[in-house]
Amino acid sequence: MSKTHVTTTINGDAVEYLCEPDQSMLEVLRDNLELTGTKEGCATGDCGACSVSLDGRLVCSCLVLGVEAEGKQIETIEGIANGSELHPIQQKFLENAALQCGICTPGFIVATKALLAKNPDPTEEEARYFLAGNLCRCTGYDKIIRAVLDAAAEMRGAAS
Amino acid sequence: MGSVQYHAPQSLEEAVPLLKEAQKTPSRILAGGTDLLIQMRAGVKTPDMLIDIKKIPEVTGIEIGPEEIRLGAATPSAVMDESVELHRQLPGVVEGMELIGSTQVQGRATPGGNLCNASPAGDGAPAMIAAGGQCVVFGSNGVRTIPVEEVCIAPGRTSLADDEFIQEFRFPTPKPGQADAYLRFIPRNEMDIAVVGVAANITVDASGTCTAAKVTLGAVGPTVVIADKVAELLVGTKLDDATLAKAGEMASGLGTPISDKRGTVEFRHRIAGVLTRRVIQIAATRAGERL
Ligand SMILES: Cc1cc2nc3c(=O)[nH]c(=O)nc-3n(C[C@H](O)[C@H](O)[C@H](O)COP(=O)(O)OP(=O)(O)OC[C@H]3O[C@@H](n4cnc5c(N)ncnc54)[C@H](O)[C@@H]3O)c2cc1C
Ligand code: FES
Ligand code: FES
Repeated sequence: MSKTHVTTTINGDAVEYLCEPDQSMLEVLRDNLELTGTKEGCATGDCGACSVSLDGRLVCSCLVLGVEAEGKQIETIEGIANGSELHPIQQKFLENAALQCGICTPGFIVATKALLAKNPDPTEEEARYFLAGNLCRCTGYDKIIRAVLDAAAEMRGAAS
Repeated sequence: MGSVQYHAPQSLEEAVPLLKEAQKTPSRILAGGTDLLIQMRAGVKTPDMLIDIKKIPEVTGIEIGPEEIRLGAATPSAVMDESVELHRQLPGVVEGMELIGSTQVQGRATPGGNLCNASPAGDGAPAMIAAGGQCVVFGSNGVRTIPVEEVCIAPGRTSLADDEFIQEFRFPTPKPGQADAYLRFIPRNEMDIAVVGVAANITVDASGTCTAAKVTLGAVGPTVVIADKVAELLVGTKLDDATLAKAGEMASGLGTPISDKRGTVEFRHRIAGVLTRRVIQIAATRAGERL
């Protein structure tokens, strides 16, 4: 089977790649483009470790085909920090010790960014519902939710 | 997954030759992929060709007219949820789709995919049927329109031909005093499959009397159960407690549910009654607010 040529934008950069038509976006990111920050936890849409933003919408990259990225804008965990300066969400995850093994963390951070873009002042319940598709086996979620609400407060402060 | 060809037609015309090819080559329509890609990876579905319909303008988007509401079959549930006007007109149809999966899944999952995956527990279909939805089916030989309830014929099977897909859904715009609702029971708070789901579409007049009703139940049979007898019982009443109790009792007797890890047959029957009573009440309250 011949590979398909795809032209897309990842974290603001124009990117071209060849992929098999049945390769997932997650496989393309990790295996073809060496953007390994995006993790695979299940490959069935259940865990959210593979979360990316596709044309501004939060999706599981394991449930998107690489060929579907043609002409789209993708944002991954690699695009969150500003150079060596951590994004406030990343900073608050560190300060709150909101991770142990870290496999779920990129997905949580990408999803949190989507949450706060839509709702800068979420209640704890709203944050928990929005992030229900991100699973963590280590932390028990409390520290993650605290980091999310802290980041929201900090970002609101910076914006006003 | 084996090798597969991927096509993303930009228009209905461009889709025609691909649909003709689909009569010879095992093919699948790709919408959000939240069912199909998982089934392909598991080897349950093994198409040689994928036809991604999301780039066809007629297949996405929401238009609300005075007589008719148009919902593109490949509109993601997140887009439905963000439409204030769709919430106002068909809150039950939105509820059926917006509680699917997680935020991430909602960014992709579509009503056309939900219906055509034909899971007995699919959350989208009951409210679309209760709302009187019609499917505009596009095929290589033209277009036909069928009611939503005629699409699923058995678990995992639809009445569509190999060279057809659902282009859009059309619903009559609800009249004053008409509204819908959808409720499901799941063992968890989020991210689970319906044990039972019930939709109601209710019309009331200024005196609070029910003048029209449609009630549908999901996950209590191989396909959605249309509870005509329950609807008949409601019409002409003020939807008082005694009527609702009777409606619930009647609904618990419907369908042929199965036992699985989420619930037994007895539990499903019982929950069907409880949800029916509650969902009628929610739809009726909304209907009263639209007078
Ligand atoms: C984590 C997770 C949680 C989920 N939770 C729920 C839930 O709570 N409730 C629920 O009901 N579902 C749930 N689902 C299943 C799934 O997300 C939904 O059924 C969804 O609506 C499918 O839509 P899709 O666009 O992704 O379909 P696809 O996967 O693209 O397609 C599904 C099937 O329909 C066919 N198809 C798609 N569009 C059309 C069309 N327009 N015309 C003809 N055929 C078409 C495809 O060929 C395929 O066979 C969940 C899935 C995941 C991964
Ligand atoms: S790897 Fe995509 S949701 Fe788990
Ligand atoms: S930190 Fe290990 S899964 Fe979340």
